Amino acid sequence: MDRTVTVRLHEVAHARTGDKGNRVNVSLIPYVEEAYPLLLEQVTEKKVLALYQHKGASGVTRYELPNLPAMNFVIDDALEGGVNSSLNLDMHGKTLSYLLLTMEVEVPAKFALHPPD
Amino acid sequence: MSKDTVYIGCGAGFSGDRFDAAGPVVETLARRDGPRYLIFEALAERTLAIAQKIKMLDPDTGYSPFLEEYVRPILKRASDTGVRIVSNFGAANPSAAARKIMEIAREVGCPDIKVAVISGDDILSVMGEDGIRAHDTIEGLEMGEDLVAANVYLGAEPIRDALAAGADVVVVGRCTDPALVLGPLLHEFGWALDDWQKLACGTLAGHLLECGAQVTGSYFADPGYKDVPNLAQVGYPIAEVGRDGSLIVTKAEGTGGMVSARTVKEQMLYEIHDPSAYLTPDVILDITGVSVEEIGPDRVRVVGAAGKPRPETLKATVSFDGGWLGEAEISYAGPNALARAELAVNVLKERCSMLGTNSPLRFDIIGTLSTHDGVDGALRASREFSGDGDYRVRVASQSFDKETVKRINFEVLALYCAGPAGGGGVRQDVTGQVHTASILVDRDRVHTNVSFAEHV
Repeated sequence: MDRTVTVRLHEVAHARTGDKGNRVNVSLIPYVEEAYPLLLEQVTEKKVLALYQHKGASGVTRYELPNLPAMNFVIDDALEGGVNSSLNLDMHGKTLSYLLLTMEVEVPAKFALHPPD
Repeated sequence: MSKDTVYIGCGAGFSGDRFDAAGPVVETLARRDGPRYLIFEALAERTLAIAQKIKMLDPDTGYSPFLEEYVRPILKRASDTGVRIVSNFGAANPSAAARKIMEIAREVGCPDIKVAVISGDDILSVMGEDGIRAHDTIEGLEMGEDLVAANVYLGAEPIRDALAAGADVVVVGRCTDPALVLGPLLHEFGWALDDWQKLACGTLAGHLLECGAQVTGSYFADPGYKDVPNLAQVGYPIAEVGRDGSLIVTKAEGTGGMVSARTVKEQMLYEIHDPSAYLTPDVILDITGVSVEEIGPDRVRVVGAAGKPRPETLKATVSFDGGWLGEAEISYAGPNALARAELAVNVLKERCSMLGTNSPLRFDIIGTLSTHDGVDGALRASREFSGDGDYRVRVASQSFDKETVKRINFEVLALYCAGPAGGGGVRQDVTGQVHTASILVDRDRVHTNVSFAEHV
């Protein structure tokens, strides 16, 4: 029961992106509420910044909402100059929530929707 | 008794939302007792500047291009059942929108409705271009050359006043999306404008409703992970708000989609930055203590919104001509498609270099996580992708000279004959761009006014 698995965040949490100017926010909401403390430990500002750095991200702020529970990441400069000047097909960064969900985490199998054998 | 609950439905969550969404919302509201409202949020940041340009050409236009599509199907039924309508579909010309609604009202058989127009968001006409340019932008950016529009985000107060004056339909230009919901609540419950806790509850209700079906299972579905029933018929949301600020989110009856703790959580954080300080003209909303609870099928209770005194200044969006965006694409499929697509990109880079343009350019291979990639293709270079496949080469360019982006697009068209083997399906587009910046404006510079469209 307590077997630990390495899975992508997509197995453990869901997310949505919103944009304002040259910032995006990405929410991160665990499917199982008990997974929240583990995600707080593993999904750090530093790791999130590394994931978005190739897009020009310059900083990440993580906000905590313990009662939902959920996290909210605000990523600065992740839109290649912002919605005004981005030439990305997705100028708003709407697809970027699923970039966060590619991060690997180690969690008890019971927190993953489809734990590997 | 029923006066202690106000029912507010949402019929559109953005300027391109479905035209048939509001019907089931109105039918559901018709079966409720007590004050009932239907909002349409139909004004994106850039929509207003485009509308302003259209209005310059024809003073009877400049409102939401889909106004009629939203209003005509439901106006009579809403009028007959006492559902009042509040919307920002006035865009750059709320007065013309109101005249159009009166015209529709006559045609569908409810000619006596009262349509209110709220003005005052257009600060360019009050402050002039020099007055606007005297402000620093919040983003710290230089303003563009060709200023098209400047509109301040109005709050809920003028909407309340219009409803108190008897409006059946309230037409706004630029206002905050949550104000469309908070305005009716202020009117029905008489909440004081410094009752920050109540204003926070109403603003949170508005935030959850403002994107339409994004809280009822759309923009949420992820097969095998977040399954949503009958997404094609997704129902649009209805908020039940109590006099004490209590809030239940549900949706139109007999529709698809769903309201769950998860759908509500995702929408609650949508476009939120600091969750302890969501700034609106009416209140600073703090959602850090909010929790949600499923209390029945498609019913979620939301508690814990907190409020702080409203900001001293109002935010305005200033829009500028942003030149032209050029986009052109060509497909490569089957054996060795990735290598052929990469060769096409290299050919295009060399051809653009020969043109001597200094326009910003971006080259993508769609099918290699291109929307997640940066400008230089670093992500594509760092991953393995199948050599065979279905790839699409895309070039995007930006210039204030339309001919320049057309010329760059033409290089993609030329690949039909002059590029790698088997390229097909060229599409090209040139789109006018609007750039925006934000400024903060003193409240005493903004004067709102409520008037009523005349019956003819």
